[in-house]
Amino acid sequence: MSSKPSSLFDKVWDSHVVRSIPDGPDVLLIDRHFIHEVTSPVAFLGLKTRGLNVVYPHRTFATADHNTPTINQHLPVADPLSANQLKALEENTSSYGISHWGLGNPKNGIVHVVGPENGITLPGMTIVCGDSHTSTHGAFGCIAFGIGTSEVEMVLSSQCIMQPRPLKMRINVNGQLQKGVTPKDVILYIISQLTAAGATGYFVEYAGSVFEQMSMEGRMTVCNMSIEMGARGGMIAPDNTTFNYIKGREKAPQGKDWDDALTYWKTLKSDEGASFDKEYHYDGASIEPMITYGTNPGMGVGISQLIPTAAEVGGGKSSFDKALAYMGFNEKENMLGKPVDYVFIGSCTNGRIEDFRAFASVVKGRKKAENVTAWIVPGSHQVEKQIRDEGIYDILTEAGFQLRQPGCSACLAMNDDKIPAGKYAVSTSNRNFEGRQGPGARTLLASPLVAAAAAVTGKVTDPRTLI
Amino acid sequence: MAYDQFTVLKSTAVPLPIENVDTDQIIPARFLKATKREGFGDNLFRDWRYNNDDTPKQDFVLNNPIYSGKILVGGRNFGCGSSREHAAWAVYDYGFRCVVSSFFADIFKNNSMNIGILPVQVSDDFLDNIFKAIEANPSTELEINLPNQTITLLATGEQESFQINGYKKHNLMNGFDDIDYLQDMKEEIKVFAEKSRY
Ligand code: SF4
Repeated sequence: MSSKPSSLFDKVWDSHVVRSIPDGPDVLLIDRHFIHEVTSPVAFLGLKTRGLNVVYPHRTFATADHNTPTINQHLPVADPLSANQLKALEENTSSYGISHWGLGNPKNGIVHVVGPENGITLPGMTIVCGDSHTSTHGAFGCIAFGIGTSEVEMVLSSQCIMQPRPLKMRINVNGQLQKGVTPKDVILYIISQLTAAGATGYFVEYAGSVFEQMSMEGRMTVCNMSIEMGARGGMIAPDNTTFNYIKGREKAPQGKDWDDALTYWKTLKSDEGASFDKEYHYDGASIEPMITYGTNPGMGVGISQLIPTAAEVGGGKSSFDKALAYMGFNEKENMLGKPVDYVFIGSCTNGRIEDFRAFASVVKGRKKAENVTAWIVPGSHQVEKQIRDEGIYDILTEAGFQLRQPGCSACLAMNDDKIPAGKYAVSTSNRNFEGRQGPGARTLLASPLVAAAAAVTGKVTDPRTLI
Repeated sequence: MAYDQFTVLKSTAVPLPIENVDTDQIIPARFLKATKREGFGDNLFRDWRYNNDDTPKQDFVLNNPIYSGKILVGGRNFGCGSSREHAAWAVYDYGFRCVVSSFFADIFKNNSMNIGILPVQVSDDFLDNIFKAIEANPSTELEINLPNQTITLLATGEQESFQINGYKKHNLMNGFDDIDYLQDMKEEIKVFAEKSRY
């Protein structure tokens, strides 16, 4: 063992460096590569143009999610452009021998939900995908990050990627979370403190008792949104919670391989005295259920707080004013009581079973508000099955909600699930950019509990008053 | 060779003094349905550029004929958000070869360099001066000199140097990309991959 203490990040990164280029990036070997229909077609086209092959097809996994309908998935996809992308994925994966969980496959779902669910994501891996929320997989102690299409082509053709080594940041949250405060609130709080660009250039490790006590679903929610403060990715050291989650999943190691893996995985943590370029400490007990009021995920407040002024927030006044004008809000207004037209629960941020359990816990015995349209979209077929098996489906239906079929849906509104212009949506997804959920749509990011409270009251409501 | 070589670019610039310009603004998700890299420039900044009935919004800078050029100057934290390379394609396809800002989001910066756009990061003050100079005179020219790593406001001679790693600089100046580089080290990768854990 070397005497110099190293961080979790260093351990995983260093074990994957094929070559370090002086005054340039490192060449990193990629263990797992996820692809989907939207960012892969041009990469495959590039391979063909250059006459290159896929070097390790068994390390790449494809699922269709971004552009799939969330109703009537058994019917042909109506939009010809979407159908064409899905067909391209099917043809490309089959001609290169890549596993493909397309529409209708029982394993189909959002890429960052199905990877972990099937044991494809394992501690200490390097994982990339042409989707910025690949950071989700960091919950398992992986270096996982989103890449562009040229990089997808790079990984297909060489199994490597070229990355400058990022700086390291550790974010510690200790203390007991209040009732009604979920992992989503923790990460929205962190981003509101650091701003949407506060971690650009860094790779984040989340540490402290709040994360240690979190479920894997919760850790995935947190790591998922690392990109929203500009970080390349975020990771959490694997522990018994991680190992218990993985054990027995389809592609998880078994028998002797499991024991060997476990021995290795237990070394994956930051050593005492490991150094970080930046470190932050927050008190978990002071975090409230959060909600965003603006057009980037850093523009969030505790739900009982007033919308801040541009001066309080700092940064450019004109951009702040533009954001509030888009949202139809003013400085110093109360978030509580604002009318809500749509509620979306789903996405790779909050589309896992725990999120639907939380949603159902508020909805149970109540009715959907008349003025609200709700889209309830599981992250995968497995999640959908759990929703039915656990009786959550019945609670939802009794309250007047309908369950849709898995996919990215209104997270990025590429399919028909678009929030109409000017309407307000409380959404459990990860981005509130202008038009993200449809041209002119106004997004309020929040936890499944806040979404549920909005869905049954028709306005922004503190979920703590309902639980 | 993957794209045109980049050495010295002298051009007028299009100002977009907005912070946190995210990739959903650069190219909204509904335009990501293509399976080829074509036509993205038409939808660059779609929702800022066009009304719902597809008529141009007169107050948006790309619709104002007094501004043109191969350089886009954006506010702080340009390109944040998604990993969609389509955003960089749209910028390139529209005709920009260089984006200047005082801060870039990581993935956008990588994606840009991978397709031959040079992201030039300047100080907040210099950025401010560029915006002021263009406001005062829209035909103000900027010179981006990659070999010397400098950006110059030609009217005043005011200059700043910018950072870029030697590897990327070499690539951009020669029109090489990472895929070319990795193909050259295939054997080394194979040896490494075969002894890797996963
Ligand atoms: S749910 Fe949203 S963020 Fe997640 S993979 Fe799909 S589009 Fe990306």
